[in-house]
Amino acid sequence: MTTRSLFFASAFALSAALGALPAAAQESADPIKLTLHDWTGQLITTELMGEVLKKAGYNVEYVQADYLAQFAGLESGDLHVAMEMWETTGRDAMDASTATGKTEVFGPTGMKAKEEWWYPTYMKEKCPGLPNWEALKEAACAEAFSTAETAPKGRYLGGPVTWGGYDDERVVALDLPFEVIHAGTDAALFAELESAYQRQAPIMLWIYAPHWAPAKYQGEWVEFPEYTAECYTDATWGSNPAATYDCGKPFGEIWKVGWAGLKDKWPGAHKAIVAFTIDNDEMGKMITEVDLNGKQIADVVAAWMDANEARWSEWIKK
Amino acid sequence: MSASARTLEPAPPVAPRIAGAMPSVAWLIVLAAFILLWPFGDRFAAWAMVYPRAWYVPAAAWIGAFTKWLVNEASFGVFTFTEMTRFMAAIIELPYRVALGLVSTGLTSGQGSGAVQHLPPLSWVAVTGLATLLGWRLGGWRLAALAGLCFVYLAVFGQWTSAMVTLASIMVAVPLGVAGGLLLGIAAHRWPRLERALTPLLDLMQTIPVFAYLVPILILFGFGPTSAVVATLIYAMPPMTRITALALRGVASEMVDLGNMVGCTRRQMTWKVMVPSARESLMVGVNQVIMLSLNMVIIASMIGAGGLGFDVLAALRRLDIGAGLEAGFAIVALAIALDRLSQAAALRSGAPPARGGWLSRNGYLAGALAFVVLTALVGLLVPAVQVYPKEAFVSTGSFWSEVVRFININFFDTLEAIKNAVLLNVLVPAKRLLVGLPWLGVAGLLAFAGWRLGRWRLALLAGALSLLIAATGQWEKAMITVYLCGVSVVFAALIGIPVGILAAERDRLWRGVQVVIDTLQTLPSFVYLMPAVMLFRVGDFTAMLAVVAYSVAPAIRYTALGLQKVDPRVVEAGRAMGCTRWQLLTRIKLKLALPEIMLGINQTIMFALSMLVITALVGTRDLGQEVYIALTKADVGRGLVAGLAVAFIAIIADRLIAAGVARTKRRLGLT
Repeated sequence: MTTRSLFFASAFALSAALGALPAAAQESADPIKLTLHDWTGQLITTELMGEVLKKAGYNVEYVQADYLAQFAGLESGDLHVAMEMWETTGRDAMDASTATGKTEVFGPTGMKAKEEWWYPTYMKEKCPGLPNWEALKEAACAEAFSTAETAPKGRYLGGPVTWGGYDDERVVALDLPFEVIHAGTDAALFAELESAYQRQAPIMLWIYAPHWAPAKYQGEWVEFPEYTAECYTDATWGSNPAATYDCGKPFGEIWKVGWAGLKDKWPGAHKAIVAFTIDNDEMGKMITEVDLNGKQIADVVAAWMDANEARWSEWIKK
Repeated sequence: MSASARTLEPAPPVAPRIAGAMPSVAWLIVLAAFILLWPFGDRFAAWAMVYPRAWYVPAAAWIGAFTKWLVNEASFGVFTFTEMTRFMAAIIELPYRVALGLVSTGLTSGQGSGAVQHLPPLSWVAVTGLATLLGWRLGGWRLAALAGLCFVYLAVFGQWTSAMVTLASIMVAVPLGVAGGLLLGIAAHRWPRLERALTPLLDLMQTIPVFAYLVPILILFGFGPTSAVVATLIYAMPPMTRITALALRGVASEMVDLGNMVGCTRRQMTWKVMVPSARESLMVGVNQVIMLSLNMVIIASMIGAGGLGFDVLAALRRLDIGAGLEAGFAIVALAIALDRLSQAAALRSGAPPARGGWLSRNGYLAGALAFVVLTALVGLLVPAVQVYPKEAFVSTGSFWSEVVRFININFFDTLEAIKNAVLLNVLVPAKRLLVGLPWLGVAGLLAFAGWRLGRWRLALLAGALSLLIAATGQWEKAMITVYLCGVSVVFAALIGIPVGILAAERDRLWRGVQVVIDTLQTLPSFVYLMPAVMLFRVGDFTAMLAVVAYSVAPAIRYTALGLQKVDPRVVEAGRAMGCTRWQLLTRIKLKLALPEIMLGINQTIMFALSMLVITALVGTRDLGQEVYIALTKADVGRGLVAGLAVAFIAIIADRLIAAGVARTKRRLGLT
C-alpha cells in the first residue's frame, strides 16, 4: 500500500509541476468552479451553463456547496459562479456579499420566482370562494384549514424563518384568522404537503416555483392584492390603512452571482454567463422530466443543448 | 482500586442515605427562596424575572469584529493568519487528493473538465476484495464476510461513486483525528497544567454546533473538502484526546515501574510501555473518531465535500425516502466496516510477528498487491470488474415511500392522538414552566447545586456561565433548548436504561443492540426526520423524536457496559446472602453501575445538544435555530454567541453530573 501511495504522490507532484494541459480557450485554463446546491432546478441551470462553457473551450468544475454558506467561497475566489440566487430568499445574503466588492451580480437568469400561499384543489369544495383571498376571512373557511393545535384558526405552514416573507405581518394586516407555523426547511414543507395530499387532508402552505410540486400536485395559489413596492413601505396603501404588508408576495428575479475577479480571469466566460437566460416554462418542463419522470439530469441537459444550439452559440460568440 | 479491597468494604450497597439528610435542610431554604421569588418577584424585582434588555452585553458585535480582524488583518509579520491557515489547508489537501485518486478519480493530470485520466482508480472488485482480505487477516471469516458485505452493498445499491468520495475524506480525517488526539492526550498526560487549559477548550470544540463556526472556517481554509476535513477534526478529535489522557492515567503502576526498572527513556516509556498497555481503551477513542467523522458527512457535503451526504440531502429534497435511506445506510455500512476492522486491528496488534522470509511474513500484502494488479488488468478487458454495471443496480425504488404512505393513510389519526397527548401533557407544560422561571432564580439554584457538589469553584462556574447566557440575551432561547433537550433526555433514559439492563447479560441480544445503536449514531437523522414530518407535522414533537432516536445510544451503551463491569464476586456474595434476582439487580448491580449510568446520561445530554442544529430544520425556536439563522445571514458573531450558549448549557450539565458521580462513587466506596 505504502509504495503505491508513494507512487501516486510523486505522480501527482509531477503533474502539478508540469501544469494543466492546454485547454481550447486562450484565457486561463484553470477550472471555472460552479456551485451545485440540493434542488433539481439549480442543478439543471448550473449544468446547462457548465456545458455551454465547455463548448466554448473552458475548463469547468462543479462543486457542491450550501446555498448560503457558499458566499464565503465566492468572496475568496475559491468558488466562481452561483447560478441561482433567488430574490425572495437570498437577497439579504447577496447584498451583504456584493457590498464587500468581492462578488458581483451577473444579471438575471430570466426565471421569475413565484412564491405565495398555495392549497390543493380539493380544498375548494370546503372553501368555495378561493382563490380570492377574501374567502379566507370566513370563519368556516379558516376552520376547514385548522388542526387541533390551531382551531378554530386555520393553519398556514410558512417557509423557514430564514426565508423572510412577512407572513406573520400579512396575517395581521389582512386580518386573516390564521396561525403561521414555520417549517425549518423546504424538505419539511413538502413532506407535509405530500402527507396531507395522500390523505386529501386540509393544508395551506408556502409553495414556490419553478419547482416540481406545482406540477405534481393539483392546486392553486391564493390571489392576494397584487404586490407593489409601496405596499411594503407605505401603511396607507391597500385595504388596511394602518398597516404595511396588506398584499401578496413579490415576484422575484433569480440572479446569477459570482466572484468579482471572474471577468478579468475569464472575460469570455463572463460574457457568456451574463448572456445566459432561460424562462420558467422551459425550466419547469426540465424539472418535471427529472423529478417526476425519473430521467437523468445529464440527459435532460444534453437534450436541451441539442434543441437550442442557435441560442447558446450566440452566448459564446467571440 | 483493587477488587479485593472493594469486597472488604463493609457492605457498600446497603449504605443508607443518612449522608444526604444534612444538605436537604440547606436545599429546603434555597428552594423556598426560589419559590418566593417566582410568583412575587415581578412586583419588586422585575429585573430578576426577565433579564433587562438595557443590560445586554454586545458580545455578538465583539466576536464579529474579532473574527473580521482575524481573517483580514491578523498577521505574524512575515505572513498573515489567513495565509497560515491556507498553507495548512494545502497540506491537508495533499493526502486527500491521493486518497481520492486511489479510490475515486484515478491518476489524473489537469483540473476540472480538462482533467485527463492516466490510470483508473481501484476497481470496486479490488476495494471490496481488499476489505474482505483485511477482514480475514484481522478477524477470520466472520469479519471478512461482514466487511465484504458492507462494500458489496455500496456497489449493488449504486452508492459506489459517492461512497468512495466520502471514504476518501474519512481516510484523511480519521488518521489525522486519531494522531492529533493521541498527541494532545499524551501532552495533557505529561503536563497536567496543559490538561487543565485544554479541558474547557475540548468542551467547546465538542459542544458548539458546527454551523456556528462554519463561515470563519470556510474563509480561513477555503471552500471545499479541506474545510470539511477541518470541521470534522474539530468535532471528532476531543473524545480521542480525553480518552487518551484517561487511558494513560489508568495504566497500571506496575507497568510504569517495570519501564523504569529496565531503563526506558521518556520517549520509550510513552511509546513502548504506556501507549501499548492502554491500547484497549485507546480503541474506544478510535471508534468515536470514526463514528463522529461519519456523523459529519452531511454537514461536510454542504461545504463542498460532496459524497453520500449530498445524496441524502438531494434525495430528501425531492422526497425520495427510499433513495435517502439507501444513501443513509451506505454511510452506516462504511461506519460499521471501518469500525469493526479497526477494532480487530487493535486486538491483533499485540500478537507476535510471524517469522520467515519476506513472502511468508508479508503473505497477505503480497496477495493484496497481486489481487489489485490482477483486477486492474481484468478491469481493462471486462468493464464490469472496473465499474459495477448500472444495469445490475438494485434499488428499493418506491417501496419505502409506499410504506410511509400506507402508515400515513391508515394510522395518521392514531398517531395524531398520541402526539397530541404527549404534546398537551408533557411538552407544553414543561415548556411553559421552564420559560416562565426567573433567570436569577435559576442561576442561583445552579450555583447552589454547584456549591453543594463541588464547593465554590463549581458554584462560581455554574453561576457565571448562566449569567453569561442571560447577559448575551439568549435566556429565553436557552430555556427552550433546555426544555426540548431535557424532555428528550428523560425519554431517552426511560428507553435506554431498561434496554441496557436487558442487553447487559444476554450476549446475543447485546450484539444485536450494538448494531442498532451504531446505526442510530451514524444514520443521518435527516433520513428519518422527513418521514417523521409526514406523520407528525413540523414542530417540537417531531424534533423530540429525532433527538431521542439519536441520544438513546449512549444511555444504552453505558448502562450495559456499567452492568457488565460490576465485579462478579460482589454479585456472588449477594447471591450467597440469598438475594432474589430483582434484589440483586436493584440493590447491588444498579447501585455499583450508577457512576457509569450517570456518565451515560451525561453523554445523552451532550448528544441531545448536538442534535439542536438538525432540529432547527423542523422549525423549533431554540438556540439551534438561532445558530442556523446566523449561518444564513453569514453573521459570525451572532452564530458564535448562540453556539457558546449551547456549550455553556452542556458544560454546566456536565460538571454538575460529574461532581455528583464523584460524590456517589465516594459514598459507595468505589474510589
